[in-house]
Parts: sequence; structure tokens; C-alpha cells
Amino acid sequence: MFSLDTIVQGLLLGGLYALFAAGLSLVFGIMRLVNLAHGDLIVLGAYLILGLGTVTGMNPFVAALIAMPLMFGLGWLLQTRLLNRVLGEDILPPLLVTFGLSVVIQNGLLAAFTADSRKLAAGPVESASVAIGPVHMGVMPVLTLATAVAVILGLNLLFYRTALGRAFRATSDDAVTAQLMGIRPQRIFAMATGIALVVAAIAALYLGTRANFDPSIGPARLLYAFEAVIIGGLGSLWGTLAGGVVIGLAQTMGAAVNPEWQILAGHVAFVLILMVRPRGLFPRAID
Amino acid sequence: MSEPILSVSGLTAHYGDFQALFGVDVALEQGEVVAIIGANGAGKTTLMRAITGIARVSAGRVRLDGRDITGTPAPDILMAGIAMVPEGRRLFPSLSVEENLLIGAHARRIQGHWNLESVYRLFPVLRERRDHPGTALSGGQQQMVAIGRALMSNPRVLLCDELSLGLAPVVIREIYAAFPEIRASGASIVVIEQDVSQALKVADYVHCMMEGRITLSGRPAELSRDAIHDAYFGATH
Ligand SMILES: Nc1ncnc2c1ncn2[C@@H]1O[C@H](COP(=O)(O)OP(=O)(O)OP(=O)(O)O)[C@@H](O)[C@H]1O
Ligand SMILES: [Mg+2]
Repeated sequence: MFSLDTIVQGLLLGGLYALFAAGLSLVFGIMRLVNLAHGDLIVLGAYLILGLGTVTGMNPFVAALIAMPLMFGLGWLLQTRLLNRVLGEDILPPLLVTFGLSVVIQNGLLAAFTADSRKLAAGPVESASVAIGPVHMGVMPVLTLATAVAVILGLNLLFYRTALGRAFRATSDDAVTAQLMGIRPQRIFAMATGIALVVAAIAALYLGTRANFDPSIGPARLLYAFEAVIIGGLGSLWGTLAGGVVIGLAQTMGAAVNPEWQILAGHVAFVLILMVRPRGLFPRAID
Repeated sequence: MSEPILSVSGLTAHYGDFQALFGVDVALEQGEVVAIIGANGAGKTTLMRAITGIARVSAGRVRLDGRDITGTPAPDILMAGIAMVPEGRRLFPSLSVEENLLIGAHARRIQGHWNLESVYRLFPVLRERRDHPGTALSGGQQQMVAIGRALMSNPRVLLCDELSLGLAPVVIREIYAAFPEIRASGASIVVIEQDVSQALKVADYVHCMMEGRITLSGRPAELSRDAIHDAYFGATH
């Protein structure tokens, strides 16, 4: 019914969505914060890479390497100066603040870069492709999926194999008792948001090289990311990867039937999966 | 007498409008065990939470080795050398037994008697169950993890809030059997207990609390059953 090619393209697109979603998943997992500005922060990252490239003339891949620590710093500041002040029992204030942040970022980008659509030019690698058997795959999509897998793997190692990851999990379980261990939750949260924005910078690189972007596209990326996180099961990083792949597959399959159905098919897959598994594919045992 | 390692004076604490502590004075001498007994709601846990910086102090002072630490944030109190075994144990559910122990030394990493090896020697059953989630253990074993976790920071002062809560007498004895080694490691200890005879057995000095006040204090040998009963439930005569 669907060609092997369609399925492979869907898988590869899923990598991009998983990258959109990984930072969202990380932050939600640690501090139960839904960052409504996550999509806009990815777009901001794309403009940062664009700006660095324009000023210095360097390749987007190199610019992204420089953008990553900058985005970490931005995440740290954002958390310590703004989000830590509104986190608490009530989940509404942080939601409203990140919603406001989303609007501020969009308008800031609009003022700085106009509404013109831009693209990151990565050079010849963009049109390069590899053939495995009968399937031709673009090098960039393959790189995107490989990066997504590497990012999820890296975050899992961080989470389950390091002292920092232990502190992340302890704080997420019980922030008050974590303080009795000498852990400072607000610093843990700042670290988490910093790391989430490093991942956002990586997502921005692949977003910007794959297609045009402009200041207004953040919320739609947030929606895909959100669906990927929910499909995967809240707080599960591998689930987030699976969720991204589900949305990517559904979109390419939908588009193969009728190009107008691409976006709709992703949302339908989201609803169907939640009807069968309300807590997602890989729910965390405790919550 | 030398300077107490921990001293609490005139401590007052509130939950909103409700006053939970009314000028509490407690002193802990270096190397001693002090027990605080009292009925449900007497304010024992609130006193611990105020010392460790989790509950806000409205008035009064907490001193560690003469240094004023009143109002210091909880992580800094741990760093100064006061560790707590909280009421209800409060293990981290996403962490294994071993990770729960390791997190105790996450911030305060100092060489001392206590490390994974010596905690496993103190509670050998934990070594067998090191890879299980902490919350999969029996109540007594969870309490051992909670004690081990606090010891991992090599505290100068160890606060234990109701170690015997919900445990069978034989398990309670097993837990308290660890005390001699904990004392020998140089930690001074405050225990909160509802089990009065256990408190009298383990402590050098006992305070009885009722309705946010210390109603009776003394060495176990000096306290009569009747006096404790009155201090615990209020004088009936
Ligand atoms: N978070 C809170 N908010 C409001 N009141 C509280 C809170 N925690 C405790 N209290 C009240 O403060 C008083 C002292 O409680 P505390 O927990 O310190 O007592 P306790 O002696 O530890 O009792 P128990 O033996 O049951 O543990 C009680 O009247 C209790 O109802
Ligand atoms: Mg209590």
C-alpha cells in the first residue's frame, strides 16, 4: 500500500520531530513544566545560527556548535531569572509566562528579521543522497535521524548514568527531600532548561537546513513536539523518539495518499494512539 | 560544660496563622543522643523541619557549634553537617537502593567513616538489594536506606524523625542496633520517638513535647513514668 520509500521518508522526518520534542520532554520530565515557547526557542536558535553564519561566513554546522553554548546560557538565564519565580504548586502561572514568552520571541524576531522566510544553506550536502538497496535517502534526513537517536541516547546516559542525572531524577521525585541532600532544585532546573535549549539549537540546525522558516512557525513545531511527547508517554525519552517517528510516518503516509492530508494525518495518528493508549506508548511507572 | 554542637533557643514556628512551636529550647552535646518524645501533633517534626531549613522560623535561634544558622536554606544546612532521616523515610522512587544512598553524598562529599561500603556493612541486606527500586523494599529496609542515605554525607548531627513508625518491634530493635556504630563514627544524634521505652533506652537526654512546647526534660534515669505520662498527655491532677 505504501512504498518502502514513503516509510523510510516518514522515519527520517520522525527524527526531526523527535529533536523538536526532546527538549520539551526533558523539561517536563524534571520540573513538570510545559514550555509553550519551546517551538519559538527553536526558531530563535535557527535565527541565531543564521546570524552567526551571516556575520562570520561559517557553515551552519559550525555556527550551530557555537550556538549551542549560547543557547545553554540563554536557557540558564531564562530559568533562573524568570521561570523559577513562577514554578510552584499552581501549574497555570508558568504556562501563562511561557505563552507570553512565545509571543515576545515571535515579535522580537519579526522586528529584527522581518517576516521574510529564510533558510540555512548547508552547501552540497543538502542535495547529496545515499542509496541503500532500492531506497534513495537524502544525506540530511539520515543525518537528522541519526542525530535524534544520538541526542536521545546521550540524554538517557546523562539521566541514568551520571550524578547529575541522579540529581535530576531525585529532584523530579521530591524537590523538598532533594534539598535535604544538599541539592538546589533551582540550579537543577536551570541546568535542565540549559540542556533543553542546547537540544533546541540542534533541532534548529536541521529545521533551518530542511525548509524555509520565518518568525511565526514556532507554535506549529511546538504542536508536533507536543504530540510526540504525549504519544511516547510523558517523561520517557525513548518514548519521545518513538512519538516523533509515529508523527513523521503518519504525515508522509498521509501525504502519499493525498498531499493535502499530510498535517491532518499526523494529528489523526495522535488521537488514535491516545484512544488506544491514553498514557502513551511508554508511560513512566510512577508519576 | 562545653559548647553544645547543636542548640535551639526560643524557637517559634507557624503554619500560616497556626502557631506550631512556642519558644522551644533544646541542646545537643557533642557525641550525645537526645530523644524528643510527644504525642501526634506535638510539633516534633516541625522542630526538625525548622532546624533543617525546610520550615521557616518565626523567632528564636538555631546554632551549630556556636554559629548561627537560623534561616539558612536547607541545602546549606546539609553542607554545614546536619543530615536528616525524614518522617516517612521519603526515599526517591525513581532511584535504586544504591542510588538513594549515593545521592546522600551528592553535595557533601567528605572523607569520613561513612561510604557505600561501610553503610552496606552496617545494613548487609541493602547490599543484596542494591539494584532494586528503593520503594520496593520492606518498611524496615526502607528505613535502613533512609538512615544510610543520611549517613553518606558523614554528618556531624543526625536527625531521625520517628524511625519506628509502622515497624514491627523486632525490626525496630534491628534498626536501633545500628546506633552504637553511628555514635562511634562521631555523629551526635537527635531522635524523635513515639515509642517511649525505646527513646529512654537509646537517649542520654530526653525532652517531652506537647502542643508546641517542651513540657519535661531530663536524663532517662531521672524521669519517672508518671512525670512522662503527664508531660505527654497533659497533667490530669
Ligand atoms: N504543613 C502544615 N500545615 C499546617 N499545619 C501543619 C502542617 N504540618 C503540621 N501542621 C500542624 O502543626 C502541628 C505540629 O505538627 P508536627 O507534624 O510537627 O507534629 P509531630 O509532633 O511531628 O506529630 P506526629 O507524631 O504525628 O508526627 C500539628 O497540629 C499539625 O496539625
Ligand atoms: Mg512528626
